[in-house]
Amino acid sequence: MNANTPLLRVRNLTHAFGHVLACSDVSFELHGGEVLGIVGESGSGKTTLLNCISARLAPTNGVVEYDLRTKGLTDIYALSEPERRLLLRTDWGVVMQNPRDGLRMDVSAGGNVGERLMAVGARHYGAIRHEAEDWLQKVELDLGRMDDKPKHFSGGMQQRLQIARNLVTKPRLVFMDEPTGGLDVSVQARLLDLLRGLVRELRLSAIIVTHDLAVARLLADRLMVMKDGKVVETGLTDQVLDDPHHPYTQLLVSSVLQV
Amino acid sequence: MTAAQQQTSAVEEGYNFAYLDEQTKRMIRRCILKAVAVPGYQVPFGGREMPLPYGWGTGGMQVTASIIGRDDTLKVIDQGADDTTNAVNIRRFFARVAEMPTTEATDEATIIQTRHRVPEDPLAEGQIIVYQVPQPEPLRKLEPREIECRKMHAYKEYGLMQVSLYEDIARFGEIATSYSYPVMVNDRYLMSPTPIPKFDNPKMDDFPALQLFGAGREKRIYAIPPYTTVKSLDFDDHPFEVQQWEEDCALCGAEETFLDEVILDDQGGKMYVCSDSHYCARRRAEGHTGTLSESAARAYARAVGAAAGQASDDKAQNDKAQNDKAQNDKVGA
Repeated sequence: MNANTPLLRVRNLTHAFGHVLACSDVSFELHGGEVLGIVGESGSGKTTLLNCISARLAPTNGVVEYDLRTKGLTDIYALSEPERRLLLRTDWGVVMQNPRDGLRMDVSAGGNVGERLMAVGARHYGAIRHEAEDWLQKVELDLGRMDDKPKHFSGGMQQRLQIARNLVTKPRLVFMDEPTGGLDVSVQARLLDLLRGLVRELRLSAIIVTHDLAVARLLADRLMVMKDGKVVETGLTDQVLDDPHHPYTQLLVSSVLQV
Repeated sequence: MTAAQQQTSAVEEGYNFAYLDEQTKRMIRRCILKAVAVPGYQVPFGGREMPLPYGWGTGGMQVTASIIGRDDTLKVIDQGADDTTNAVNIRRFFARVAEMPTTEATDEATIIQTRHRVPEDPLAEGQIIVYQVPQPEPLRKLEPREIECRKMHAYKEYGLMQVSLYEDIARFGEIATSYSYPVMVNDRYLMSPTPIPKFDNPKMDDFPALQLFGAGREKRIYAIPPYTTVKSLDFDDHPFEVQQWEEDCALCGAEETFLDEVILDDQGGKMYVCSDSHYCARRRAEGHTGTLSESAARAYARAVGAAAGQASDDKAQNDKAQNDKAQNDKVGA
């Protein structure tokens, strides 16, 4: 990989649901090992943008290019559907806001982690199980719960399992939609700590959508602030949060409750 | 009333040959051709109402009705047996509406409609076996979305099926799935072999006869042409294995057949008998005998008393009479 080639390049991305413009004319680049935070209020088009760039929603307009290991920078919507699905299962990971969307609730935790390995052709039970154990340990899940179903897990455990399930194929890029949504603050703190460690350790690139500025401050290198489907401000996280320029960003930063 | 009178009456009542109308049969034949051309692929078809409920073999009957002719000989089995309700009724139904001979002998039949078993006797080229299928989609329990299932078939994404086997080993220490064991057909399509026991899975591989599968409720037809590779899924360190029994058939002594457990009394008396009734009867006619275990023999004697010997003689005579009748029918046709 050339150091100058971005891992992901988005150009003039626009998506409209009928006459409702969800996100309009978004362009950015993401380089290897970089974590990009997308912040903004509810309904500002964050999730739509994430769905478009993670190959799950074809945008109305614009180009999403990804640096494939074999082909270099390629328009992901020009790939065939099976190629795109393979990309989602191997080189990418998607952590959903609601673990119910990202996990198989009736399959044991070990099976959930092993599914991706089996999807890319692993056929040795012992090896799959070993790998799954390894990842459950990395996300600090009790190995005694390995054969339990995630529907019996707490919210924080489900979220950690989802992370393990996505990272097991060693993806280069992970998309996260509100990874700490619905968790209490102490569980949030542990999850963030874990995520920060994994991202640094594995040199992951990540795009994190959140409305929580604290999450953005902890995890993201760069921030993109969205309002009404448009990107109103971008910059280094500290710069955007400490010296906001756009009136909306100023409002957003000043709205954070101080304890 | 003789069989001949019954047959004429069915046609005189206004039923078409083999019950279905000609247009329907042509539609089903087209689907069968497509299914044979793409082994293991589920072809949707316009399933018709049959004069029995879903789950009783409506899919298999529609396939049989579409391929049967007057010079065919039909055998129908249910869980391997020729003499169970489902088998007897379907056989009688076709004898009435298609006016062709029926048989219980595997080697005499040109078409064998089956529920949940493959006969023990090897089938030959030119024979057709029709399976009754309750649930054609092997991924259904794992992936409830039909569109997603079809995409997984289209793109050959079968990792999820492996997950169900993983779950088995994680829970039971071995692949505990004993029936409806998923197979890969022609190294392309994942297929449910219908709820046959996994004991029969190896028979499907490189099978000389044409195998057709009809699902009436789900309205799907699929097929395995003769001499096609059929491989049961497994793990490298947990290879596919078939069931084994510690005992042999109590009636005919067969060692390598699929056995049914028969409970004889409330004191734990039981025996194992071949599930394939024709195979077992033929072996007994050839003089093979099984060893009813002592407790089972006692229980058997208690249950049927002194009439046991008499009953088996009667059964043999009935079999003979029926065979003679089938022969006569054949001559008549």
